[in-house]
Amino acid sequence: MTDIVLSKVYKRYAGGHEALADVTMNIATGEMVFITGHSGAGKSTLLKLMAAIERPTAGSVIVNGQNIGALRAQGIPFLRRNFGLVFQDHKLLFDRSVFDNVMLPLDITGFDRREGAGRARAALDKVGLLHKEKARPITLSGGEQQRLCIARAIVHRPAILLADEPTGNLDADYAAGIGDLFRDFNQVGVTVVLATHDLQLAARLQPRLIEVRGGRIVS
Amino acid sequence: MRNWLAAHRRACTGTLSRLAGAPLASLFNIAVIGTALALPLGFYVVLANLQGLARDFSPQPQLSVFLAQDAAAGDVRALEQRLKSQSGVANFRFVSRTQALETLKSRAGLADVMAGLADNPLPDAFVVTAAAHDAAVLETLRGEFAGWPKVAEVHVDSDWARRLDSLLALGRYAVLMLAAALALALVAITFNTIRLQILTQRDEIEVAKLIGATDGWIRRPFLYFGGILGAAGGAAAWLMIWIALLVFNTQLKPLSALYGIPLRLAHLSAGDSLAALLFAATLGWFGAWLSVRRHLHAYNPS
Ligand SMILES: Nc1ncnc2c1ncn2[C@@H]1O[C@H](COP(=O)(O)OP(=O)(O)OP(=O)(O)O)[C@@H](O)[C@H]1O
Ligand SMILES: [Mg+2]
Repeated sequence: MTDIVLSKVYKRYAGGHEALADVTMNIATGEMVFITGHSGAGKSTLLKLMAAIERPTAGSVIVNGQNIGALRAQGIPFLRRNFGLVFQDHKLLFDRSVFDNVMLPLDITGFDRREGAGRARAALDKVGLLHKEKARPITLSGGEQQRLCIARAIVHRPAILLADEPTGNLDADYAAGIGDLFRDFNQVGVTVVLATHDLQLAARLQPRLIEVRGGRIVS
Repeated sequence: MRNWLAAHRRACTGTLSRLAGAPLASLFNIAVIGTALALPLGFYVVLANLQGLARDFSPQPQLSVFLAQDAAAGDVRALEQRLKSQSGVANFRFVSRTQALETLKSRAGLADVMAGLADNPLPDAFVVTAAAHDAAVLETLRGEFAGWPKVAEVHVDSDWARRLDSLLALGRYAVLMLAAALALALVAITFNTIRLQILTQRDEIEVAKLIGATDGWIRRPFLYFGGILGAAGGAAAWLMIWIALLVFNTQLKPLSALYGIPLRLAHLSAGDSLAALLFAATLGWFGAWLSVRRHLHAYNPS
């Protein structure tokens, strides 16, 4: 069974820059895949296409049997709930507490708040931030913000984790810890797709590697 | 279902805490909306009071039906029967020509004039009291009676009632027009308030959308905000009118004591108050809805 199928995908941004060209790839359910490549290669663009944050200029992106290019606007929220998204720029909300940031994915699905609070604390505990639940994200270090973003991505137990540079700001110890966390998720059946430069992490987790160069897949 | 209710409750309490979080801006907004609503609402209150006053002071709606000079006793009985079965007639009494003459004679100064007449110039007459005050009803009755045999003339004392009626109708139009103009203002105010809110919360909206929030979920707090703002504005308007009436009625008190009649303006009835509040809330909601519809488009994927 496959979760994500890209065939002959092209992405040209509004400015005319071609970020991806002729990309074809499959990611199976339960797989762990690392997407590597130089800065500006198109890794983030690839993840954004999978999460329907961007639409392909040509070709098709199919997630859980749904063609993203043809998906109606009303269908997008429900597609996105299958994902846990870790953003390269975190996208945390600075006007609410760490705890409330983690609650957000549960709130939007109307999850029972008391039950949700337990899950949010468990997610914070997994990334080592439980003691900061009342803090404001602005007071967190770069690495802590990154871990908060990961907690928010896993709190609703998604089927697919899409993480963009999740260890970019972490020292080796924390990066290893987060890597183990992703492996644990993968072992219980979650599909994990990571965009990363972190070769140490790749060596530790032994995932399938896909290398992008100048918008094309090279291996 | 329970989750759905809880979500609505959360949106509602969230809105209230957001209002409380910026008390000065909220108060200012509510005051502006309240003033906009107080104008037509106050006008309406005055109108309703006038209408009540007119009803209280208007005399019995009467028609005088004068018979022809040659009407015989049989004709009078026939007319009496017709009047009895006529709908819209509350009661009537017969005034014979001799009776009328006697009345006139008894008036000081007229006796001599009457004595100089060879014949009684007065006709027999029915004085009819209509069941309704309505000018239109009186008018139809007059037409009806005028068509009956041996009826020479029908007089209606409905002129002043009609004049007041058309004046009040004009007043109602004015209230409607004022209300429409200020409803538009209220919608514009909430539209703009919500636009600013969407701008200040664009991060929140963007992130929520990215992680799977539906448009409905994102829209909900703004709609609540608009509705609650409108309702609060309506309540403010109600309060302003209440205070105005309090002052006005205190001023009226000496006057009312002087004339020995209870003069005081009443506030909106409970039903009208509720309707006004709901109307204001609906307008606020609508303004927010327009704003959200207009400004949330920017967050869809390209
Ligand atoms: N919204 C956008 N509009 C225009 N061009 C864009 C946009 N997003 C990305 N690009 C361009 O597309 C190319 C690929 O960008 P992308 O973010 O996918 O790279 P990346 O592999 O994630 O790089 P990095 O490792 O630095 O994060 C870059 O040249 C970038 O300038
Ligand atoms: Mg990137």
